Amino acid sequence: MQKKKIKVGLFIPCYINQLYPQVGIATLELLEKLDVDVDYPQGQTCCGQPLGNSGYEEDSKGICKLFVKNFKEYDFIVGPSGSCIYHIKHHFDILKQTPEVKRVRNNSYELCEFIVKILGKTDLGASFPHKVGLHKSCHGLRGLKLGSCSEVQEEHYSTEEDLLNQVRGLELMSINRKDECCGFGGTFAVFEEAISSKMGKDRVQDHLNSDVEVLTGADHSCLMHLEGIINRNKQPIKVMHIAEILNCSL
Amino acid sequence: MSHATKAAEFNKDEAKVNWHDKALWYVREKRDKSAHNVQGWEYLRQLGSNIKANVLSNLDEYLVQFEANAKNNGVHVHWASNAEEHNNIINDILSKHNAKKVVKSKSMLTEECHLNPFLESKGIEVVDTDLGERIVQLAQEPPSHIVLPAIHKTKEDVDELFQEHLGTKPSQGNPEYLVGEARKHLRDKFLNADVAITGVNFAVADTGGVVVCTNEGNADMGVHLAKAHIACMGIEKIIPQEKHLGVFLRLLARSATGQPITTYSSHFNKPEDGKEMHIVIVDNGRTEQLSREDFRASLHCIRCGACMNTCPIYRRSGGHSYDYTIPGPIGSILSPGKDLKKHSSLPFASTLCGSCSNVCPVKINIHEQLYKWRQVIVKEQKQPVVKKSILKTAGVVLSKPGLYRAAGKTARFMLKNAPRFMIYNKLNAWGKARDLPEVKGQNFDDWYKKRQKNG
Repeated sequence: MQKKKIKVGLFIPCYINQLYPQVGIATLELLEKLDVDVDYPQGQTCCGQPLGNSGYEEDSKGICKLFVKNFKEYDFIVGPSGSCIYHIKHHFDILKQTPEVKRVRNNSYELCEFIVKILGKTDLGASFPHKVGLHKSCHGLRGLKLGSCSEVQEEHYSTEEDLLNQVRGLELMSINRKDECCGFGGTFAVFEEAISSKMGKDRVQDHLNSDVEVLTGADHSCLMHLEGIINRNKQPIKVMHIAEILNCSL
Repeated sequence: MSHATKAAEFNKDEAKVNWHDKALWYVREKRDKSAHNVQGWEYLRQLGSNIKANVLSNLDEYLVQFEANAKNNGVHVHWASNAEEHNNIINDILSKHNAKKVVKSKSMLTEECHLNPFLESKGIEVVDTDLGERIVQLAQEPPSHIVLPAIHKTKEDVDELFQEHLGTKPSQGNPEYLVGEARKHLRDKFLNADVAITGVNFAVADTGGVVVCTNEGNADMGVHLAKAHIACMGIEKIIPQEKHLGVFLRLLARSATGQPITTYSSHFNKPEDGKEMHIVIVDNGRTEQLSREDFRASLHCIRCGACMNTCPIYRRSGGHSYDYTIPGPIGSILSPGKDLKKHSSLPFASTLCGSCSNVCPVKINIHEQLYKWRQVIVKEQKQPVVKKSILKTAGVVLSKPGLYRAAGKTARFMLKNAPRFMIYNKLNAWGKARDLPEVKGQNFDDWYKKRQKNG
């Protein structure tokens, strides 16, 4: 008897859809190669995080309801952005907790977490012969607990490192401050521009000091911010989402 | 002035920002090392949190118990509902002793109540005896950190300040020399003080005694030399029993500076023969904070400053950018409860990275409370028109797939085709130090549709 495939609803966050289609494409291709039944529900928009983090949670209810409507049928909801998944899991408490809402909250997974925890795979057969620096985004790290945090007394673990360590030729570089925030923070990036830029600049420098060629992470919003700084200052680092690396020459 | 404005000002001197960031990061790393060497550190934090939760749930009983025990020990106990009452009580005690010279060891509560300027206006000399506190006092500045009050000053700054106020010789910021001179200066103040004022780190309900933690021994020195001791405490400083110090003393110093314990943990249980001891128990908004379910746990705080040392924003904006007695993440959840309008920018001075909650020795969910204060502020305070209209519009557009498609298309078209001067200008804060993403030919939706069509 053929095993029934897991049915995954692919969630492509709004900014990835509009600005980084290549990240969405890599995520979809990767999931398909991992033999899951992936569907991309049409009419999806956003998780509501930009509003919630700015204090406009009340105005985001329509967005949250639309999200639940779009994704309620799937076994799992998978997206390439830790902070969006964190928002669904932790801040959809503003909706009435119907069985559908609870299901969506429980079954939403960040891409790396889904691959490692649910599919139980770390070696995806990828090859990427470069020096890579990993930015551990805060909402994924401290929010979703994708890895151990430097502040906490616990055994070292990292979902993203588990995956990157299996990539052929990839050299994972050690940086000085392993999990300091990059300073993006959504609207913080605009309303606290000075600090946000300075934090980003310091993160980039840490990777430069460690001879990183490619900067990666599991949350493209942080990467967008860091890439903006790198491009402005014409610094020799390329920025790629972890899905793009894991999808290389499978 | 908002936090962002003051932070931008602080950032004009990048070398100073780098220095400030590194100095505090060093303390954070010391904290990690020292905390992680304690077996069961996370369990200890949970214990600390649980004890504090118990205290807050039974505060009424513990306070009355504490008062009774302190009185039995011969201590005078006073109750102050606000800063004004606190200051008046202290002034009355000083008048009774005809005191003109007061030495104070570090107390954030007396800072909160603005005790120094109040007493000075009555002709009383108040000298802060903690070295860092004395430095900011001489500079006529508020502390910029609750444990390291002069962390914003370099040793060269201190050199100049001491030349001006203590008549020291130029020493190019020689720490040994400067500390030696400060010691001489303070020794004189200690010997001539009429009354000593201290803060309180822990007040033990079971014994009626208070514990003060210092590294310089200045609390002991002040109390033992003066004829009266006034200890000032917020109502949340209570712990049930003396044995609970075994939890909190281990948590406090490691979280604050990475020391296993502060050099001095001074226990004051009763007055010395022939002397007086007073305890002033202060509310000043704490009961109100206790009534706010979402923000109650902020009263767990034991004032270690770990959340400041770890906060990437605090490290790069300096304590004065918060414009509140308690700066940093913990101050940003305490201050809106005191004056929502004045401090409404503080809960937004965070990326919600959560590092503060991870280091907090009593497990306050600081970043979650920051998120919650933001919701309260948007509801109760007038918001900037542009920010408000953008976010309200986003709320509508993102809930309607059709509108979202159209908006996405327009935005991408503009980003791709508009001339550079239209995109990078004063209105675009993003573009000041960062490039915008390069826009591709199609979005993911378009790509996916084409792919489906082509099978």
